[in-house]
Amino acid sequence: MRIPCPFCGERDVSEFAYHGDTAKRPDPATDDGQRRFFEAVYLRDNPAGPHRELWYHAQGCRSWLIVTRDVRTHEVLGAALATRGAA
Amino acid sequence: MMPDSNRLASGGLIDRSKTIGFSFDGRSYRGYAGDTLASALLANDVRLVGRSFKYHRPRGIMTAGPEEPNALVELRAGARREPNTRATTIALFDGLEAWSQNRWPSLRYDVGAINWLLSPLFVAGFYYKTFMWPAAFWEKVYEPAIRRAAGLGRASGEADPDTYEKINAFCDVLIIGGGAAGLAAALAAGRSGARIMLCDEDCTLGGRLNSDLGEVDGRPGADWARHVTAELEALPNVRILSRTSVFGVYDGGTYGALERVSDHLAEPQPHQSRQRYWKIVAKRAVLASGAIERPIVFGGNDRPGVMMAAGVRSYLNRYAVKPGRRAAVYTGCDDAWTTAFDLARSGVTVTAIIDHRATVAPQLRAEATRLAIPVHLGADVTQTRGGRRGLQAITLRRADGREQGLPVDLLAMSAGWSPHLALTTHLGHRPRWSEAHAAFVPDALPPGMSVAGAAAGAFGLAEALRQGTALGTAAAEATGFAITAAPAPRADDEPIALAPFWHLGSSSKAFIDFQHDVTSADVALAAREGFRSVELLKRYTTLGMATDQGKTSNINGQAMMAELTGRSMAEIGTTMFRAPATPVAIGALAGHHRGRDFRPTRLTAGHGWAEQSNASFVEAGAWLRAQWFAQPGETDWLTTVSREVRDVRSKVGVCDVSTLGKIDVQGSDAGTFLDRVYINMFSTLPVGKTRYGVMLREDGLVMDDGTAARFAPDHYVVSTTTANAAKVMQHLEHARQVLWPELDVQLVSVTEQWSQYSIAGPGARQLLDRLLGDVVDVSDAALPYLGCVEFTWRDVPARLFRVSFSGELGYEIAVPAQYGDAAIRAIMEAGAEFGIIPYGTEALGVMRIEKGHVAGNEINGTTTAADLGLGRMMSQKKDYIGRVLAHRPGLTDPDRPTLVGLRPINPMARLRAGAHMLALGAAPTTENDEGYVTSIAFSPALGHWIGLALVKRGPARHGERMRAYDPVRDGDTEVELVSPVFIDPQGARLHG
Ligand SMILES: [Zn+2]
Repeated sequence: MRIPCPFCGERDVSEFAYHGDTAKRPDPATDDGQRRFFEAVYLRDNPAGPHRELWYHAQGCRSWLIVTRDVRTHEVLGAALATRGAA
Repeated sequence: MMPDSNRLASGGLIDRSKTIGFSFDGRSYRGYAGDTLASALLANDVRLVGRSFKYHRPRGIMTAGPEEPNALVELRAGARREPNTRATTIALFDGLEAWSQNRWPSLRYDVGAINWLLSPLFVAGFYYKTFMWPAAFWEKVYEPAIRRAAGLGRASGEADPDTYEKINAFCDVLIIGGGAAGLAAALAAGRSGARIMLCDEDCTLGGRLNSDLGEVDGRPGADWARHVTAELEALPNVRILSRTSVFGVYDGGTYGALERVSDHLAEPQPHQSRQRYWKIVAKRAVLASGAIERPIVFGGNDRPGVMMAAGVRSYLNRYAVKPGRRAAVYTGCDDAWTTAFDLARSGVTVTAIIDHRATVAPQLRAEATRLAIPVHLGADVTQTRGGRRGLQAITLRRADGREQGLPVDLLAMSAGWSPHLALTTHLGHRPRWSEAHAAFVPDALPPGMSVAGAAAGAFGLAEALRQGTALGTAAAEATGFAITAAPAPRADDEPIALAPFWHLGSSSKAFIDFQHDVTSADVALAAREGFRSVELLKRYTTLGMATDQGKTSNINGQAMMAELTGRSMAEIGTTMFRAPATPVAIGALAGHHRGRDFRPTRLTAGHGWAEQSNASFVEAGAWLRAQWFAQPGETDWLTTVSREVRDVRSKVGVCDVSTLGKIDVQGSDAGTFLDRVYINMFSTLPVGKTRYGVMLREDGLVMDDGTAARFAPDHYVVSTTTANAAKVMQHLEHARQVLWPELDVQLVSVTEQWSQYSIAGPGARQLLDRLLGDVVDVSDAALPYLGCVEFTWRDVPARLFRVSFSGELGYEIAVPAQYGDAAIRAIMEAGAEFGIIPYGTEALGVMRIEKGHVAGNEINGTTTAADLGLGRMMSQKKDYIGRVLAHRPGLTDPDRPTLVGLRPINPMARLRAGAHMLALGAAPTTENDEGYVTSIAFSPALGHWIGLALVKRGPARHGERMRAYDPVRDGDTEVELVSPVFIDPQGARLHG
């Protein structure tokens, strides 16, 4: 698999570390915070198709990327810096 | 038999001026440059080359290519011995040694042939059925018997003396296969200027052109291939990799290939690798991998002397070898008639062309008549007979049903061709059945791939050349290169008709998968027992699961299953091919990453000094760290380590702590940022101070611990454990970039940029005053416990932290790494008068256990801050990563195992990490398990072993006695639960 890092260009997947989907960190101040955090940490969606997910360019520029990938085909549909494209 | 007796006097692509000596099963033979082991064996009339996998049937050479299922040999001797190499792909080299496999005591008299009588043991599903029997029966009777009898070849058992390489490459168009279609594609695309890579398995480009007599552009095919190769070699944008198999297709246009750099030599040249693993990224690929000829399934079709028809042509035309003297051809396709004609022209007596079809093209019959070859249409071969040298006769059943014996020593067979399309399926795309081709042909393809020539079902030479030209052009254009239209190379359109037929009823064994000894009876059994899908057929019979991945066999087995179950080939489908398409040595995938070079070794700047100081080293993460520094006369590590601990606690010691992770954190929101990643507060940390901190994962468990020092309102330096440095960096970058991109904070790892030494012991301050007194005030008033300061020392920026892991008066001094060596030498020199000693990680570990400090054994991914006795650090005033889930009921259960110290009741008793904690008298059961020992050390100060453990409600149970139970190492020690701080609980020493 190849990931087009917006900073470094297209690179082999072995340079990246996978994190999971782009679920937002819940608001810790809400009443049901514990349930929300539990779901954010453990209950991830696993759609068959395009998936927005986080990859870390560990052996490159150290950017966190939001990669849109079709998990059925591994086709990478896009990659953006996480600092820019808020999840 | 005369040596080389089957060699033709002239012709072929061998070099008769270069004689090559080799041996097989200890006997010497000779061949020529350009031979394969298989062609040289056939030239020397060696027909029996191995015994089969299960039944130990005598087997010969069946094909002339990489699809060979039978002629597997052990190649080379000693540490280079390699089993299961295909004689058909081994280029002959001087001194080559090969041995037949799977026979004992010799190839001719094989005791294992008795397996033939035990053959009911080896029918389809045997393994699955016997697994249902009592385990003891399997272990004691069947497994040993099968292991001795079955299996292919022996590994050398020695370390591989050769080296392997990995390389990355990028190109516009990758062309896989250098036969007619691949060469045409390379020529068309190469002339455009696009970056081309052309990979071919053979040592010489040309594919079937080297084995067939057809002409291209008015010259013999092999000549044309030489001519095109020369043109391609002259193009700077074309890279040709011969002896290179593309074995896998991966996402994003990535291809795996194996180049056999030195396998055609007795051993690699000095400084050359044996094999090279290529990872090729290509914008477009043209697959021109050709086709594989299909055997016919009839009784005794595995006898030495029964060969594939196109393979026979390879031996005749490329290697100038007659594989037999009296031959017959058995087929259902036009292509195999060419074999009969070529045999006849080479002086081999062809006694019959036996064609399953009732009618064939008139020009074929005319040519047969001209060459005086008897033709039997609507006829079949039903049986073979043979002796020790293989085939002696076949039984021919004519169209009228009458049977007749024919004495022959060579039977060339062909049921047509199957596109070699394995690489089209690696990403999950399935081929489709084509009635027109009587074969599975590529359908949906991996992105960027096109298929040309026989691999696409274009079995005729002219059509393969046209397709190659068209697809090579299209691929280059797709990558942005303009093509000047040129006509495709020309060849005659020859007849390629065929009628598919798969198997004949037979009273004797008719083999489908030759390498795995799967017969038509096995397929029939699978059908009867209900294993009817091709995937179940494969697993039940092991059809296609040998090292050849069923290249010659899958289609016949699947066709038979279709017939037996009344389904069409389109309905029954085919199994998926997976990478690697050809066997790849693990060594090639590992490349240089083996043994000590498995991963890079990181050395600190003080490594050379430590070596000179007689350090023993230990791996810590990717680093080598000094474990201890033995002095003359010390004979065991415990003596050395205990002496180091005593010296630090009584005088002063220095330890290289450069491997600890260091992360520079800067920005106006740096304090806020650290508040959110540590459980305790850092925004309130005064400038010039250091604080111990703990980080959690978002699930509430501890991730890492360390210190952060504040050098300016907007500048902190965070330290991590050695092992977790990269992980913490990733975690902090995630927090900065993904969770809180709005914060003004920047991070950079400076682990490699700074050398850092811990100086600890009662003499530490005096030493530092001697060393640094002229540039920095190290008095307790100026630099109290947890103070930190930046200064310039001998024109070098330096930092001093007053921190302690050992519990002694301690400092850490940091200098830029290029001065790390000078710094440790300066420290040792200044410390000499205070009795300084260097100490290693082991003494450091003893002292941290004596102080009850947690480390990796306790921060093991299952513990909370409260488990480690650090619960009070968890701030109530702010949110931080892991806070919410750390308060889950499961993580706040008061029964959770919590940190406690251990003291053995018998002061001589040894404690062992990993021992389980049981109440006295409790049976050692899971229900009674109350925790486990995490760390142990011999405390020189206390004179006995001590331990840290995680025990249920541990802190409330100080004074209670328990058992530390370790059945694995016969440990069962009575211990007292005590405070984890064994030494100086008031902290008087480190505040001193
Ligand atoms: Zn990058």
